[in-house]
Amino acid sequence: MRRYDVVVVGGGPAGLAAAVAARAGGRRSVAVIERDRELGGILNQCVHSGFGLVTFGEELTGPEYAARWADAAAESGAEVLLGSMVLDVSAGPEGPAVTCVSAERGVERIGAGAVVLAMGCRERPAGALGIPGFRPAGVFTAGCAQRLVNREGLLPGREVVILGSGDIGLIMARRLTLEGAHVACVAELMPYSSGLKRNVVQCLDDFGIPLLLSHTVTRVEGRRRVEAVEVSRVDGAGRPVPGTGVRYPCDTLLLSVGLLPENELSRAAGVELSPVTRGPVVDDSLMTSVPGVFACGNVLHVHDLVDYVSQEATRAGECAGAWADGARGSGRTVPVVAGTGVRSAVPQRVDVARMPDELVVRLRVDGVYERRSLVARAGGEVVARRRRDILVPGEMEQVTLRREALLGLGGVDAITIGLEA
Amino acid sequence: MGESCYDVIVIGAGVCGCAIARELSRRRLSACVLEAEEDVCCGTSKANSAIVHAGFDAATGTLMARLNVEGSRLMGPLCEELGVDYDRIGSLVVCVDGAQRGGLDALLARGRANGVADLRIVEREELRALEPNVADAAVAALWAPTGAIVNPFQLTVALAETAAVNGVEFRFLSPVTGIARRPDAGWDVTTPSDTLAARVVVNAAGVHADELHNLVCAPGDRLEIAPRRGQYHVLDVTAGAHVRHTVFALPTRLGKGVLVTPTTGGNLLVGPTAEDIEDKGGVDTTADGLAEVVRKAALTVRGVPFSERIRTFAGLRAHQAGHDFVIGEVPGAPGFVNCAAIESPGLSAAPAIGRMVTGIVCELLGGPAEKDELLPRPAPIPDVARLSPEAWSALAAARPEYGRVVCRCRTVTEGQVVDAIRRPLGARSLDGVKRRVEAGMGRCQGGFCSPRVAQILARELGCDLAAVTLSGPGSELAVGTDKDAWAGAPGVPAAPGTPAPAAPAGEEASR
Ligand SMILES: Cc1cc2nc3c(=O)[nH]c(=O)nc-3n(C[C@H](O)[C@H](O)[C@H](O)COP(=O)(O)OP(=O)(O)OC[C@H]3O[C@@H](n4cnc5c(N)ncnc54)[C@H](O)[C@@H]3O)c2cc1C
Ligand SMILES: Cc1cc2nc3c(=O)[nH]c(=O)nc-3n(C[C@H](O)[C@H](O)[C@H](O)COP(=O)(O)OP(=O)(O)OC[C@H]3O[C@@H](n4cnc5c(N)ncnc54)[C@H](O)[C@@H]3O)c2cc1C
Repeated sequence: MRRYDVVVVGGGPAGLAAAVAARAGGRRSVAVIERDRELGGILNQCVHSGFGLVTFGEELTGPEYAARWADAAAESGAEVLLGSMVLDVSAGPEGPAVTCVSAERGVERIGAGAVVLAMGCRERPAGALGIPGFRPAGVFTAGCAQRLVNREGLLPGREVVILGSGDIGLIMARRLTLEGAHVACVAELMPYSSGLKRNVVQCLDDFGIPLLLSHTVTRVEGRRRVEAVEVSRVDGAGRPVPGTGVRYPCDTLLLSVGLLPENELSRAAGVELSPVTRGPVVDDSLMTSVPGVFACGNVLHVHDLVDYVSQEATRAGECAGAWADGARGSGRTVPVVAGTGVRSAVPQRVDVARMPDELVVRLRVDGVYERRSLVARAGGEVVARRRRDILVPGEMEQVTLRREALLGLGGVDAITIGLEA
Repeated sequence: MGESCYDVIVIGAGVCGCAIARELSRRRLSACVLEAEEDVCCGTSKANSAIVHAGFDAATGTLMARLNVEGSRLMGPLCEELGVDYDRIGSLVVCVDGAQRGGLDALLARGRANGVADLRIVEREELRALEPNVADAAVAALWAPTGAIVNPFQLTVALAETAAVNGVEFRFLSPVTGIARRPDAGWDVTTPSDTLAARVVVNAAGVHADELHNLVCAPGDRLEIAPRRGQYHVLDVTAGAHVRHTVFALPTRLGKGVLVTPTTGGNLLVGPTAEDIEDKGGVDTTADGLAEVVRKAALTVRGVPFSERIRTFAGLRAHQAGHDFVIGEVPGAPGFVNCAAIESPGLSAAPAIGRMVTGIVCELLGGPAEKDELLPRPAPIPDVARLSPEAWSALAAARPEYGRVVCRCRTVTEGQVVDAIRRPLGARSLDGVKRRVEAGMGRCQGGFCSPRVAQILARELGCDLAAVTLSGPGSELAVGTDKDAWAGAPGVPAAPGTPAPAAPAGEEASR
């Protein structure tokens, strides 16, 4: 059995940054296993710009950003296995191992000191929503349409309605308009956009595309191909209000209704998953409940900005490397609890004795809030506070915990992060 | 016209038409199947509960009862022979109201009269042990160990492939629009592109069988088939083990319940409704129908995890007032044989229906001899997800495309997709591939694999990627190429807010 210090599953931005960090300048053997024929993950189809402002201080397209990291991975000397799909991750007494399949080598098992899960996420499909009506051609997830337009040069439709204001849907509203289609509207179930404000402005407002908040698609018409959709207003509970339906003749319905971390491998490996993020429950080293198995990027929780994916993955790579070297935590972790107004917080556990001097906790709020503070408390004491003018579920927030502050309290049972006035 | 006269033309390539075709292919005769759609299994046979009913439902003495019980007996060995997924998981009819227990006894008695083996009633405790997630209110159930589940797509495809390799011709995109008696004997069957002659015509046109029947019958003998819609939820494989058996509800004063069952693919299927509608193409779902299924499922099974839903769909029962199968030569129309009003349990009965109809046809043809040798179905496409690592490696070494996974949810390789296309009566569309190898049937519903599968289809069929369809002409993946609408325009994109130019002529042409 082949063996590496660290095996990374997935060669998107998360996997690449983790691999570079785990290599630690050549100190460890690292393999990145990617099922596609190329590295870069979903960024390869994100041809718009806006990537890398945080990491590189310049505005790159998705493929450019991915290429920088692919180059960095190559320079680091990490081994890359392309066209290789990981089928199974398991953790035995001799440490974790993965099974993968490729045209070149068939099914093989690869051993590891530590494994980093970086499989990204997938889109919630139309079927999951159960939109009434027919099931014809012309219903696409936004990411699928993005691939057709940006990689195959194909126009999926000419008259388009988009359901869901996720970032990919917003980006595709602009892209389809530029490619010659007409986007009639974007309907969003919630009373607020689930995408970034900047995308609403740059992709919808700038092109005069209406964003219909508190609306949903209540019927799809067309036997072979979409011919029209009905868009209705919804009440406070998200239920369509009868009689409010407006029929939009169109040939395409795009869906941007949520991304789901791709955790089938993790589940099968026995990794504990959070029902809220749908990703693994991790500690401050980004290790999952299975010893030696780490997670980062969209498989851990869905990010809006790839720069933060790279930051998170760098830490996962470092910690996985350290684990492979034999480093272990104190064995005592305390929970990070999502308090008032906070939907999720990652990591979910912290080893105060082992944590870095500064630990970034990434959060999502559960509604729209103005002029609040994100406050972390331990034993009633405030250990971090961050003032925000506006907080929306579509934008990931962060709070930095300082090790010194926590140690100063001498004994902490839990850290709660919530919104306060 | 007339130069070639088939012995038999079968109209419709659903499970019945294909079961008939396979039986016909054992005989020395010429046969052709005409199908309106681009593939087999595009009608009701693709949208049902996929249950092989044990046979206690239909009234004793009906054709339905007899063919169901016989079909249920034939199905296991047939699936074994054809390499079709079939699992005899057993079924339960659950009673949740003590006052209605008598209904179970009546079903038991009817089942026994119909010849169903091993039926018995299980009481609360045993029921709970058999089916831990049964509703708390459940008092008892009828237990039918011969109840089974089957993969209806695989079954229909396998029947058709076997027929095809044994000489039955299949013509797709060939809707029959007219049937006329020939002066001598037999029938002229018209499609938009051809008129074909046949000595015997079999009408297996599903919900449209009445229309064909009414073209040839005596005025007082018209048939009327009313589509009765059934809507479903499909849940992810993560929910597939929520029940272990097919769980039916004992019909109550409040109406017929819904069933909850695992599928052979490991998903959970919940439905159907029963709504009489007008539209024979009305396979649309409705908010009310889908909500009704959710509500009714809770009566017999607790905690069905609808959050794991990946798909909804609807199918149409070919309902006829007499509520029995209509099989036989139409009076006054010699050589026109009906296989009509095949509502549930038509899938279960299909193997028996194939035999019965073929018997009738052969008698009309004067008893054509059996062939000396019948070719087996071409070997099923390997399912890599079920192979041992060694076997999969060996396959990938021989054919590298079997090492390239294209559908991540169901773990389907490029090799399987290629083989689905290259087989006899191979797939021509994304749905055709999906029915044969399940690419796109998993939790992401093709969001990931459909562009990849489309590329393989385009390569194998030698067409443009844009011309690949979801399910035949009119369902193309794309309507044009990037910026084609700007071609010839003054070179500047429209100002923000102005609508894009109207679709160019190309769009019309592609419909
Ligand atoms: C459609 C889409 C559009 C987006 N647009 C933007 C945007 O405009 N701006 C922005 O900042 N962010 C955007 N994002 C978010 C951003 O791209 C992601 O945050 C980032 O790509 C996540 O990186 P990742 O490495 O976690 O996942 P991915 O980029 O998805 O990479 C995961 C990789 O793992 C591989 N993989 C998965 N399973 C296996 C397996 N079993 N075996 C082997 N390999 C496997 C995949 O092939 C893939 O290459 C978008 C995300 C999506 C899904
Ligand atoms: C909701 C529901 C649930 C069911 N559940 C079960 C179950 O669990 N178990 C069970 O045993 N049965 C079940 N059934 C019944 C079963 O699905 C049907 O009895 C069976 O599929 C009928 O097969 P068929 O070949 O007669 O019809 P179809 O599959 O409808 O095939 C008819 C074919 O004829 C073609 N056609 C029509 N008109 C023309 C024309 N003019 N020219 C050429 N071709 C034409 C159609 O395109 C179609 O392909 C269910 C049915 C429904 C609707």
